[in-house]
Amino acid sequence: MDWSALTLSLKLAAWTVLILLPLGIWTGHALAALHFRGKAWVEALLALPLVLPPTVLGYYLLVAMGGASPVGQFYESVFGKPLVFSFEGLLLASVIFNIPFAIQPMQRGFEAIAPEVRDAAACCGLTRWRTLWRIELPLAWPGILSAVVLTFAHTLGEFGVVLMVGGSIPGETKTVAIAIYDRVQAFDTSGAGVMSAVLLLISLVAIGAAYFTNARSRIKRHG
Amino acid sequence: MAEGIRVRLRQRGPIPLDATLQCAPGEVLALVGPSGSGKTTVLRAIAGLLRAAAGEIYSNGECWFDAQRGIHIEARRRRVGYVFQNYALFPHLSALHNVMEAMLDRPAAEREQRAREVLARVRLAGLEDRVPAALSGGQQQRVAVARALAREPQVLLLDEPFSAVDRATRQRLYRELAELRRDLAMPVILVTHDLDEALMLADQLCVLHQGRTLQAGEPYAVMTRPDSVEVAQLVGLRNVFRAGVVGHDEARAATIIEWRGHRLEARLQTAFAPGVQVTWAIPQGHIVLHRRDRPSRGERENPVSGPVVECVQLGENVALTVAVNGPERPPLFLTVPAHVARRNDIAAGVEIGLSLLAEGIHLMPADDSRTPAKPR
Repeated sequence: MDWSALTLSLKLAAWTVLILLPLGIWTGHALAALHFRGKAWVEALLALPLVLPPTVLGYYLLVAMGGASPVGQFYESVFGKPLVFSFEGLLLASVIFNIPFAIQPMQRGFEAIAPEVRDAAACCGLTRWRTLWRIELPLAWPGILSAVVLTFAHTLGEFGVVLMVGGSIPGETKTVAIAIYDRVQAFDTSGAGVMSAVLLLISLVAIGAAYFTNARSRIKRHG
Repeated sequence: MAEGIRVRLRQRGPIPLDATLQCAPGEVLALVGPSGSGKTTVLRAIAGLLRAAAGEIYSNGECWFDAQRGIHIEARRRRVGYVFQNYALFPHLSALHNVMEAMLDRPAAEREQRAREVLARVRLAGLEDRVPAALSGGQQQRVAVARALAREPQVLLLDEPFSAVDRATRQRLYRELAELRRDLAMPVILVTHDLDEALMLADQLCVLHQGRTLQAGEPYAVMTRPDSVEVAQLVGLRNVFRAGVVGHDEARAATIIEWRGHRLEARLQTAFAPGVQVTWAIPQGHIVLHRRDRPSRGERENPVSGPVVECVQLGENVALTVAVNGPERPPLFLTVPAHVARRNDIAAGVEIGLSLLAEGIHLMPADDSRTPAKPR
């Protein structure tokens, strides 16, 4: 059992969720509320990581973050180390490939709120901030929770992008999904089996908790 | 400075509007019209949820909207109490918290106490902790009313507040609203498509059609004395016909018209000169059925007769369609109690006599080009 790989995976998943949560709420809320020309294109662009082969996405991210790219050069000049093959680079890639998993459920969550409820909030004198905090976030909560769980579980399991952008540096970029692959390559099937079981368990608990919480909030709301 | 609310809205699209209305404090104004006539749009504009292209809205002399001066006060800064058609309660909050959300400008310590008082006022004491889904339709409507009142509004807007409840509950809510309004010191605008509701609850009726306010006034007056054929049709007057004005008899306070060879005496309406063509209407309540067994004095007033072409029992009443001067011409419609119809042996094909009460005969200009079907 490669504990450092598991810890790294959990850390990566937690950071990805932490970054995408406010970003997803803001974007999901805006996309649910606004209607503008070219909205479909924006939505399509945000959904792109869903259909793109992970290696393709990984390749572009590698090129975009590499030492020859402006992003890579800027990062290196500020932090004194390359962005690719680092945890930070991996996190950036993870945030990008999780965008659809975070934004789409949240957008659906906000879209499910009846427009009259927002109107009622305005007529009650609620500020926009208070409406978001007291009315919209609690009502969109099932969508937000789904987004968190999907993002977390998906980060744990991502392989292609991680391998392309992060390589397989133990303690820095070697996630549990890659460790499992390494174990199999080394004919250590029992090691791979244990790690796979742990990953399965974590994913099952996360998704189970999400469904359970959603079902409970539905029962509470619909009597 | 004008008291109450004063509204003038104009726009070509997306929803055409040409509406003017006014409502004094303590007064209930019913805004009626068919579906899609723009009733809700007018309410939304008053609440600030929608910005009309032109016009102005003043509440107690305070400007909420003035297109020319570029003033549009946000919905949350206008003090409106809005009861939405489906109530739009916050589904995740208890009745108490739904109401408390509308009183954020009060000190936090007072809110709960005050919210409980408002809920008690609409007879919801004891149900404060229930979420909307655990309340009946009538109770949800009361929470919506309580939330609207908790805002301490300058105007109360009710958008078809009785449409989502069953009949028995509706009757009870009518009584409650009638009671409640005695204590309300603000203008109340009630949107409805139900004329009986308007007649029961409103002091003023305003008829809206395709975004245009056609006529406003005391409800019974609007419903029995419409300004135009269009309004007559919107308020459900079915007996609308053409006639020629013969002359006025000032001594008898009567205007004489000629209709299908009958000389009818109408209430004196000197606005129509002798010789002109007019449209006239009579509410069903002003048509009196002659008793077949024993003629009486009242039968001298504008008597007409004809065969019953249709006789439909509607609960305790019977709706009659009577052909006057030939079956090819638009018939007269009237409703009589079922026992009256029975006692007089009224059935399809039976010849009956009717009196058209002069007081109920109302004249309108004939050249109403907006009329979809021209009456004869």
